[in-house]
Amino acid sequence: MKAIEIKGLEKTFTSNFLLKKYKILKDINISIEKGEIYGFLGPNGAGKTTTIKCMLGLISFDSGESLIYGKDSKSIEGRKKIGFLPEHPYFYDYLTAKELLFFSGMLFSIPQKKVMNKTKYLLELVGLAGKEDLKLKKFSKGMIQRLGFAQTLINDPEIIILDEPFSGLDPIGRKELRDLIISLKKSGKTIFFSSHILQDMEMIVDTVGIILEGKTIKQGKLSDLISHSVQYYEVVFKGVDESLLKSNNIGFELKDNNCITKSKDFEKVNHIIEFIIMNHGKIISVTPFKMTLEDIFLKEING
Amino acid sequence: MKIRAIALNTFKEATRNKIYYLLIFFGIFFVLSSKLVTLLIIGDKVKVLKDLGLASINFFSVLIAIFTGIDLVYKEIERKTIYNILSKPISRSCFIIGKFFGLALTLFVALISMVVMFFLFMLLFSGELDVKILVYFILLYFELLIITSISLLFSSISTPILSSVFTISLYLIGHVIWTFNEFKDKIINPIIKVISYILYYTLPNLEKFNIKNSIVMNVDIDIGMILGSICYAIFYITALLTLTILIFNKREFQ
Repeated sequence: MKAIEIKGLEKTFTSNFLLKKYKILKDINISIEKGEIYGFLGPNGAGKTTTIKCMLGLISFDSGESLIYGKDSKSIEGRKKIGFLPEHPYFYDYLTAKELLFFSGMLFSIPQKKVMNKTKYLLELVGLAGKEDLKLKKFSKGMIQRLGFAQTLINDPEIIILDEPFSGLDPIGRKELRDLIISLKKSGKTIFFSSHILQDMEMIVDTVGIILEGKTIKQGKLSDLISHSVQYYEVVFKGVDESLLKSNNIGFELKDNNCITKSKDFEKVNHIIEFIIMNHGKIISVTPFKMTLEDIFLKEING
Repeated sequence: MKIRAIALNTFKEATRNKIYYLLIFFGIFFVLSSKLVTLLIIGDKVKVLKDLGLASINFFSVLIAIFTGIDLVYKEIERKTIYNILSKPISRSCFIIGKFFGLALTLFVALISMVVMFFLFMLLFSGELDVKILVYFILLYFELLIITSISLLFSSISTPILSSVFTISLYLIGHVIWTFNEFKDKIINPIIKVISYILYYTLPNLEKFNIKNSIVMNVDIDIGMILGSICYAIFYITALLTLTILIFNKREFQ
């Protein structure tokens, strides 16, 4: 059974004054296996946050299905399994960190003693130990984000949904968050997060879903998307006579006393390598230049 | 447990709000300052003191009911703290009921603080305690709960400014609607008559909770009337909360 399955999700908003209809989600399809890290990618306004809100029942949807382990994700039962961190989380600033986590635990009906222990553990996990009794109005943006992450884990959720978790974090914060996400995956959690920071996404995701104008336009394992997308191979070598290369129709350019040749054809690359070795040349490097997630994303977005 | 969590959090929010303490302080201040007024009056000073004390407690507790209620739900939506709550396994009806009980607790604490001060003051001034006044405060509390339900309803659908205008309007109408009783029967136009009947029976009749004259004049209180008023309050609050939940269930948090 899939951890998360969204099929044909559609959502139309109606403006307040002219009652004009805007179809924000046209056909969202998402399929996530248990224990995966899923990156939900799309430009601003593509419908990422709307999709997440539909999953959580914060807004209704016109048609389609949103399931968590086969159950309606909007239902109370479905939401019990979820830990959610909204984009730019807002919490009650009159509460202390401990009170917020305690409050979150009570909303999951977790016994008080268990919440107390969990609170201490989670604050340590996100690097906020010693800040238990500090009011949230005194927290920085980064600290709020960390605390938000802690409250996401209060119910030991099977599925963690994060909306743009990297936005607003400094490089250290982003690295810590990546490490945390990976450690959660190792403990068997399924993580679904939206982002437009491709670099972070590429480092940690197993599967990527790209949406554009409310439609899923590409979905697949990151390794598949990238391995099928080697753009060209670059061979750097030296020690072969230039005239010999020209007479055998091997194109090249010179850089730092080295010859560089590029080819999209893997067989041709093999022939070039054999030719260099036969002519007593020296191979310095052979590099496959793959498409990055950014290349794939831009290619899909630009059609 | 979930309703309790929302209620306690609402109570914390209201009581950590400075305006709450300010209003309690002014309530107590007015009760105490009525002593000054009695110095200027010749006649039954205890009666005047009671009258002023009850009026000031009434005024300030109604202000607390309106101003803590009108922005509670609106603020949750505006500051997006509601995402954090409704994404957890809690129904929207639990959220509204929790908010209501939180406000009810807030009003209870505020009212008790003022009432204790009032009783102490009366004891020091007249040397006696009129326990009958407690009935007045019990009815006032139920009136405050109706006002809270009204402000919660408006807070769920509109901005704090509009909510306060609507709630204050309904509070004022609620205290004069009883004058409509005889008038509605004299209307000849059938459409206006039907509308008058609907309004008379749907708008809150808050005068049902006003027994100040009986208390001040030391007239016997009809227990049947008191119980009837409490039943009316429970029915009215239930209806308002149901309506609020129905509206809130349809809300989209974009």
